[in-house]
Amino acid sequence: MTERFIECGAQLFLLLALAPLVTGAIRTLKARLQTRRGPGIIQPYKDIFKLFRKGMVIPETASWIFAATPWVVFFSTILAGLMIPMVAADAPLGLFGGALAVIYLLGLGRFFLALSGLDTGGSFGGLGSSREMTISALAEPAMMLAIFTVAIGAGSTGLTEIAGAAIGQTWRFLAPAQMFAFAALALVLIAETGRIPVDNPATHLELTMIHEAMILEYSGPYLALVEWAASIKQLVLMTLLINCFWPVGLQPTWFGFGALIGIGWLLAKLLLLSCAIVLLETVNAKMRLFRVPELLAVAFTLGSLALVSTFLF
Amino acid sequence: MISELFLSGIIAWFAGAMASLALWRKPVAARRVACTAALAGSLFDLSASAFAVFSGSPTVIRLPFGNPVFTWTIGIDPLSAYFNVTLAVLAAAVSLYSFGYLREMEGRRNLGSFGFFFNLLLTSLALVFTASNVFFFLVAWEAMALSAFCLVSFEHEKEEARNAGVLFLVMSHAGTGLLLIAFLVLASVSGSLDFASFHLLASTMPPLRQGAVFLLFLFGFGVKAGLVPFHIWLPEAHPVAPSNVSALMSGIVIKTGIYGMARVFFDFYGPPPLWMGTVVLALGVVSALLGVLYALMEHDLKRLLAWHSIENIGIILMGFGAALMFRALGQPNLAALALIAALYHTFNHAVFKGLLFLGAGSVVQTTHTRNMEKMGGLIRLMPVTAICFLVGAVAISGLPPLNGFVSEWLTYQALLAGFGTTQSLTRLMFPIAGSLLALTAALAAACFVKAFAIPFLALPRSEQAERAKEARPTMRAGMAALAVGCVALGLGATWLVRAFDPITQQTLGVSASSSMATARGLTLSPGTAHGGTVSTVGMASLLLLAGASIALPLAWRWQRRSVKGPAWDCGLPGLTADNEYTATAFSKPLRMIFSALYRPRREIQAEYEVSPYYPSAIRFESEIEPTFEKHLYKPLRQRIMAAAERMRAIQAGSINAYLAYIFITLLLLLLFGVRG
Repeated sequence: MTERFIECGAQLFLLLALAPLVTGAIRTLKARLQTRRGPGIIQPYKDIFKLFRKGMVIPETASWIFAATPWVVFFSTILAGLMIPMVAADAPLGLFGGALAVIYLLGLGRFFLALSGLDTGGSFGGLGSSREMTISALAEPAMMLAIFTVAIGAGSTGLTEIAGAAIGQTWRFLAPAQMFAFAALALVLIAETGRIPVDNPATHLELTMIHEAMILEYSGPYLALVEWAASIKQLVLMTLLINCFWPVGLQPTWFGFGALIGIGWLLAKLLLLSCAIVLLETVNAKMRLFRVPELLAVAFTLGSLALVSTFLF
Repeated sequence: MISELFLSGIIAWFAGAMASLALWRKPVAARRVACTAALAGSLFDLSASAFAVFSGSPTVIRLPFGNPVFTWTIGIDPLSAYFNVTLAVLAAAVSLYSFGYLREMEGRRNLGSFGFFFNLLLTSLALVFTASNVFFFLVAWEAMALSAFCLVSFEHEKEEARNAGVLFLVMSHAGTGLLLIAFLVLASVSGSLDFASFHLLASTMPPLRQGAVFLLFLFGFGVKAGLVPFHIWLPEAHPVAPSNVSALMSGIVIKTGIYGMARVFFDFYGPPPLWMGTVVLALGVVSALLGVLYALMEHDLKRLLAWHSIENIGIILMGFGAALMFRALGQPNLAALALIAALYHTFNHAVFKGLLFLGAGSVVQTTHTRNMEKMGGLIRLMPVTAICFLVGAVAISGLPPLNGFVSEWLTYQALLAGFGTTQSLTRLMFPIAGSLLALTAALAAACFVKAFAIPFLALPRSEQAERAKEARPTMRAGMAALAVGCVALGLGATWLVRAFDPITQQTLGVSASSSMATARGLTLSPGTAHGGTVSTVGMASLLLLAGASIALPLAWRWQRRSVKGPAWDCGLPGLTADNEYTATAFSKPLRMIFSALYRPRREIQAEYEVSPYYPSAIRFESEIEPTFEKHLYKPLRQRIMAAAERMRAIQAGSINAYLAYIFITLLLLLLFGVRG
């Protein structure tokens, strides 16, 4: 029991501390690839710190939903984050839910974020909410197929079992089913975390933004919470992707020297995935909104192929 | 004990029906009597059926009339009791709500007849779930359909209500016709009309007949349940009824179809051939997806909810389909899991859809419109209604930790486990169904963002919305009771799965709860070898703990250094309701993406005087094509009307001709009798 608490505490710290770093790393890498200097890797920490010390402006038209949303989003994302294996194969809160619970907890956060977008009465919020809910709904079947594929391999939707089943089979990710499912989930990751070509996290142009439009009215500490939660969500989905398909370096437990190795592997794998995302963002332009369904249809097809591959190969 | 309580409930309802009819000249008294009787009957029924769910042996009550063939036998086995609990919980909350809701109608409408049909509907529902003789069942079934018809067309001065009522009645009777044939085939095999004699009987019939009877039952009960493509009456009839009736219609009346299917598929049939399960699963997927896709396009709040009933019936049938397939594949434990998922969702849907319809009723009563585009900002004027509606919206979207999540999670687990049960390609159906369930659930979430945000958030979009008033105390109590139900059914999942043991024991011969409630009842598991676990209690307590210890103190501190300011209005002079996103705009991306299905038509007429950039008036019209009505029912209706036209020749109106018809019919029947 006490060990569980320590594990939860450690993973909580890792989630909170690492998430802005990943965001910062992606931004810096992207800047370098585009031969810009970029804002520096720790800028997201500075932003969050700065925002927490500011006052905030709350729209006159907003109700209590607006004030409750940052908390719901923040806590549900963290709760989802505690259910995934990060350093040890045994997820600290694996007992409370597996892959499905993670997806649905993120869905809870999104639901409230979309409500708050509409709560302010401005057009931008509604625009963002509408697009966000549309894209996430279309991403869902592909995501579920990919999750099903790995869950069928492990015989469980528990992420501890999924990661556990892959341990010791270092090259399993080369199996066709795994590759297809990985590709499907990677496309979903791009859509869900609002990256190019689906959404542009750096934009503030009304015609192109999705997530930024929803949270347009947030300021000060609430904005900090929402932004922090967004980067935690990104970390959670990235970790889910790398640890489900390529669990190399996952430790049996959180305790002992092994944990440091585990964290090292995690950082290395995150860096690799970040590089891939940066490359993808740099060589692609943002898609028109109504081209996004095609991308997600590709993801769905890949997911179906993954499923068929589980018994063909 | 159980039988006394149950009969007391029936008597209370029936007496309430008669008393309110007698009091039709005194609206206040009629309202009070009708609602009190409905509430009392529900509480009796709840206590009776709650006992009966857990008592393994069925209770049989033989009413002291009838003849040996047409017996009036009431049988309360665990399956009947379970549906009765669902009925009683919903009916109690709706009755409480009706105390306040009906006050608006006092003096304007005949509350005596309303109370009569309302209580009659409850009586017949309880009897539909318990009647264990074909004749008795069909009598209760018809009483239910007729009282529901009278309640749907209660506001009969509106043409819309009359048309919806007639459509409901016609569809309902078409379904009953199919049921009648199916029951008669079964009765001809068993030689009795008692349900007890049908147990496992259907499976002894030759395959072709077995299949035909199965389809007759599926379609017959499917009409009542609102299964696609027999759903067309549902989005017409549910919205036009008074909202407390809508809650009952969507919450429990359509569940009689589900009950009938459960009774037939798991009691009358033994392990069925595989194709039956696949048909049910496929129809479930289609219903779920089409239901939610059409719901997204609605901006009539109550029609939107009605479409979601079709979606949820689809989800329930996915569980049923999987259970049938597992039964065919010889996996009783998995069949139990899938059946539990379906029945759990049945109860959940009754609670959250009832809640949502009651919430919509409160809103519609005060704003006098069902059009969401004319609402807005109601969260300030109706805080309790808003929070109850929000609970229902989160629950129906399947988000943790509320009840919708639990039953959808169980459905996913059942579908996931299905993949390993067979080597044939059929197994691909399970994960595909699972992924489409994911799509359905995500679209439902999108739809309920709209259904909550447009009426309740931002600025009021019309004068009625500005003048809205909070619902009356009893209405709030009724909604709050169901909201608590959503939370309890979500958090108490591990405890509640025990209630399914007698049902699965009765239908499949296995008990699942001991393997489903793990970690001392903290976590829920599908009971399969590895399975995942989930703990709604754990999630809820962690979220609450974090909220209370971190969020509240910090929010309080931050709130002090916050200022109120206008939302960004793009530099225009002030934000008005015209700037707000509308329900139509919200669903626009999906309308474009699924345009192959919707075939949207839109028309814009602009009038301008000086330049086309400054229109003085714009008229915008948009509609989507009602595919089923246009391509399936319209041709069908035309054929029927044409046939009726030709039949007119024999309807000469002369008594002699009719006497001749009667004579010829009698003669034919006699000949038939002599031959047979």
